[in-house]
Amino acid sequence: MISVDIVVLTIVSIIGATTPLLIAATGELVTEKSGVLNLGVEGMMLMGAVSGVGATIATDSWILGLLCAAAVGMAFSLLFGFLTLTLMANQVASGLALTIFGAGLSAVIGAPLVGKRVHRIPDLEIAGLTDLPIIGPIFFGHDPLVYFSLISLAAVSWFLFRTRAGLALRAVGESHDSAHAIGYRVIRIRYAAVAFGGMMAGLGGAYLSLAATSLWAEGMTAGRGWIALALIVFAAWRPLRLLLGAYLFGIFWIGQLAVQGLGLPIATEFMGALPYLVTIIVLVIISRDSTKFLLDAPACIGKAFHPTA
Amino acid sequence: MPTETTPRLELRSITKAFPGVLANDQVDLTVMPGEIHALLGENGAGKSTLVKIISGVLHADSGDLLWQGEPVTIPNPKAARALGIGMVFQHFSLFEALTVAENIELGMDHSGNRRTLEARIEEMATKYGLPLEPRRHVHTLSVGEKQRIEIIRALLLNPKLLIMDEPTSVLTPQEAETLFKTLRQLAREGVSILFISHKLGEIKALCHTATILRGGRFITSCNPAEESPKSMAEMMIGERLTPPERSDTDHSGVGRLVISNLSAPAESQFGVKLDAIDLTVRGGEIVGIAGVSGNGQSELMAHLTGERLAPSASMISIDGVAVGRKGPSDRRDMTAAFVPEERMGHAAVPDMTLVDNALLTSHRRNGFTLRGFINRLKSEGYAQIVCDAFRVKHRGIRHAAGHLSGGNLQKFVIGREIEHTPSLLVANQPTWGVDSGAAASIQQALIDLAQGDSAVLVISQDLDELLTISDRIAVLHDGRLSQARPTGDFTIEDIGLAMTGHEMADNTGPSEQNNTRSAT
Amino acid sequence: MLTLVPRPESSKRMMYLSPIFALSATIFCGLVIFSIMSFDFATFTFTSNPFDPLVNFFYTPLTGRSGLTNLAMKATPLVLIAIGLAMCYRANVWNIGAEGQYTVGALAGTGVALAFYGVDSWLLLPAMFIAGALGGLIWAAIPALLRTRFNASELLVSLMLVYVATQLLFFLVYGPWKDPDGFAFPESRVFHTAARIPQLFEGSRLNLGTPIALLAVIGGWLLMGRSLIGFQIKVLGAAPNAARFAGFSEKKVIWLTLLVSGTLAGIAGLIEVAGTIHQLVPVISPGYGFTAIIVAFLGRLNPVGILLAGLLIALSFLGGETVQIENGLPKAAGSLFQGMLLFFLLASDVMLNYRIAWKRHRPAPRKIAQ
Repeated sequence: MISVDIVVLTIVSIIGATTPLLIAATGELVTEKSGVLNLGVEGMMLMGAVSGVGATIATDSWILGLLCAAAVGMAFSLLFGFLTLTLMANQVASGLALTIFGAGLSAVIGAPLVGKRVHRIPDLEIAGLTDLPIIGPIFFGHDPLVYFSLISLAAVSWFLFRTRAGLALRAVGESHDSAHAIGYRVIRIRYAAVAFGGMMAGLGGAYLSLAATSLWAEGMTAGRGWIALALIVFAAWRPLRLLLGAYLFGIFWIGQLAVQGLGLPIATEFMGALPYLVTIIVLVIISRDSTKFLLDAPACIGKAFHPTA
Repeated sequence: MPTETTPRLELRSITKAFPGVLANDQVDLTVMPGEIHALLGENGAGKSTLVKIISGVLHADSGDLLWQGEPVTIPNPKAARALGIGMVFQHFSLFEALTVAENIELGMDHSGNRRTLEARIEEMATKYGLPLEPRRHVHTLSVGEKQRIEIIRALLLNPKLLIMDEPTSVLTPQEAETLFKTLRQLAREGVSILFISHKLGEIKALCHTATILRGGRFITSCNPAEESPKSMAEMMIGERLTPPERSDTDHSGVGRLVISNLSAPAESQFGVKLDAIDLTVRGGEIVGIAGVSGNGQSELMAHLTGERLAPSASMISIDGVAVGRKGPSDRRDMTAAFVPEERMGHAAVPDMTLVDNALLTSHRRNGFTLRGFINRLKSEGYAQIVCDAFRVKHRGIRHAAGHLSGGNLQKFVIGREIEHTPSLLVANQPTWGVDSGAAASIQQALIDLAQGDSAVLVISQDLDELLTISDRIAVLHDGRLSQARPTGDFTIEDIGLAMTGHEMADNTGPSEQNNTRSAT
Repeated sequence: MLTLVPRPESSKRMMYLSPIFALSATIFCGLVIFSIMSFDFATFTFTSNPFDPLVNFFYTPLTGRSGLTNLAMKATPLVLIAIGLAMCYRANVWNIGAEGQYTVGALAGTGVALAFYGVDSWLLLPAMFIAGALGGLIWAAIPALLRTRFNASELLVSLMLVYVATQLLFFLVYGPWKDPDGFAFPESRVFHTAARIPQLFEGSRLNLGTPIALLAVIGGWLLMGRSLIGFQIKVLGAAPNAARFAGFSEKKVIWLTLLVSGTLAGIAGLIEVAGTIHQLVPVISPGYGFTAIIVAFLGRLNPVGILLAGLLIALSFLGGETVQIENGLPKAAGSLFQGMLLFFLLASDVMLNYRIAWKRHRPAPRKIAQ
């Protein structure tokens, strides 16, 4: 009974559900690799989502909308950076503050935008390829951010493990005292990593409001920022596993909608809770081996750095 | 024009202040080309600050720095490297999760591509007899190998001045001798070496000149070859040395601590497994465990305190009771006491008051708590007693422990345990990083405790310390413990060999060798 | 150049001054925001007095006959939850899922009320309290179990369970517990009198929940300030290795703090449905569980501080509602205010451990002295 079209459609929607997670998680991966734990992803995504819609309506250009979302996400992360890197505030508390603040501020500035529709980010049409049956819609018919998410993950992977600057970033995350002793600017490197994370979270949020839907709704990220954080634990801070984890998650996210759509006799609320339950189960499986977990995590994650005498 | 008479490095009247401390007060220092120059001083004398100023990590408040006769400023470590100043740190500046080559690359400004770098590492390693595999991950290496990374990283920069901060504290005597060969070779090639150590015997053997600092000030310069370790030590502390006193006691008391066949797997990739450890510590004696750190000291300590449980209860007994499966509180109930190596965050909570820190290991003792509630008066009184008895310099017992200096905090921690007159005391590195005044009083307290028929076990890297206070010494290497022998029975060389894994020369007959240790 | 100089030990004075700095900065920023919103850039005049919303935010809610009652009722769940959270945070146990524990507590209490609908017994209310407490406790036991047994981050697990709890609430209120006579509205039956928390005074909405919150403050103060358990919690949070060395069990503390905070959050949820709303509806909290995080930090993780902070944050909820009615500003202004307050607090907390000093630039190299 299930036609090829439905399968193709499902795969396309999985890609759509995965992309915002992947973009946000890629950014946070860089932040965490530098030894900073920014729990404000959810707040930054919300700010990206609302400012993306606002800027798109104001300028009638989704490109400017995305740029605005990226800039707002980055500005928010720099606020976090100022608190935790310059003022050495607790990273967990500051990240929570960022999320609470982002939820509040996005609701305030988004109030006039509720109910307004914007044009979705158009899909890329590649002549000859997009029209191919099955392969066309799966590989060539997406909006530009889908490709951006994959390219940026590959670029981050290359940067972290193949460039000297990436080596320095990882070194700062492993031991900020050692890095400082041999002359690396720990705080500066971390600011850059935090800003990149914020930019990507802003874009991930904007994907939700400009590509996945075409509107702003209060709290529309629905915990995706937190799931992005869980994904990084799942991926053991490795880019390839991050890709796998994000797509696995996309499958669950779409799976619940598909079950609802098919009218199976399962309460919609149960299916709605499923992604969060899956996250918990995955966390349990990944964290079980505590020694391995410690080896994977950047050694300095969450620790404040003050260059002492 | 630099000539052989132009100093490689000259410091004039360097001053650096930290809040409340004048770390360097008008310090002068002159290092000539090809000279091995010792920088001597107690903890807190200002050596580290001075070295950090030379290597660009810190900046002097005033004073002049001349490099080959030219006044320079060194804004950061990169600038220091560009001048030709290489640095080998006391606390390694290494990244455990990265490879040897990655670590070296991070410390260089122009490393070229990875493959040429690896070749250069191997070339340098052969030239100076410092074997090293570039692709190994650092956390899999021994302490000595880790130090080689630092040295090779510094040498790859073709330094004109090499600064070494306490390089031998983690080496066995034999490894240290190998290092000295390398350093002498470098000096012959014209490299200046600034050598910081508190091991005065080494300095006498190695260094051409010594500059002595005390309380942040330049005291004097001397030729170590013409001095004795004792005379240099007296210049460092500025008073006559009084070594701890002990009278010979009878060590035939009962075995208060008995470790029998204690084996435990490594807890993580960074850990060491314990392999069939046997040891008895009797009332009235001090037993020392020597060895280079990272050979199982912290694992052994964790098993003795009960922070890690032994695989079976009978592996550890205190006063005849098998406690291997009991936690720290139960062991303290048997009047055992422990002093872990790390003062801050392990033995004491730096953010809590001395009163709370007194309660930390006393909460099960009589009167400190009542039906689950804290008897504040009792811990206040106890904290005061400890501070008075051990002459802890403090600003008040209701101030945070973090405000004490290292030596005073260590005196407080030791005093907190000893004032309960434990029947067994286990201390790991009791005088590490402590000034010699505090060290002497701590050593004296340990000796006095043992003379009251308590058993004392001291784990230390400092061989001189163990030779001074211990009745018997055993050596820990790679998780195995050698037989404990009376202190007078062997030389430093014997212990040094054992520290590299050789069994100590055996002169007690074959029966002693019949243990599982030899069966690997 | 401004630099931070570490203090030898953290400053007691700054501990109390820092929330005052934070509050002042927040009020100042609030004034700036209100000014911008009431400024007409075309004519360069204020369309309304920017102090008006500020007064409406901070003062107006307290006036009137029921002003203080409203404040106490909003503060009650915040204080209850924050007392538990403060214990967790002291131990470095990151329970951020109090909202979920609150929800499940409310659900469990509602379940008892609906199961015994119409039963007129004095035992019903205690049974509901026990159910509410157990609901919150069970919801907090999940992260405790997964953390102690499998090392899973309690922070992420407790948060994920908030979303699960919300779905559970929706399932019940749209499904089995929907009022059969309710015209298909997603609401439960209205609780009968025996299932409602009694009012303290005739004619006031203030109920027994508020004294319970005050009891929690006293209990929290005794536990954290005077008991050995509180000492264990503080040592574990400040130096986990020292706690292990002292013989304190990390697992025990994780369990204890999570269970206590879950129980308190569950009771808070029960008090809200049985004391204020009197039925189950799809939205039973304006985010108390998350806002209590701010209350806990603002109150310096200290029970008495939490009481004061709870009142202040409760005022921000009421203030948000007032400026919405009086000045046409979005209601979320309240949460904006809360977020700013937490930010400024975290920022000014730097002065606990560091002194801010003015430092000259490094002197330029001087000529070689003669």
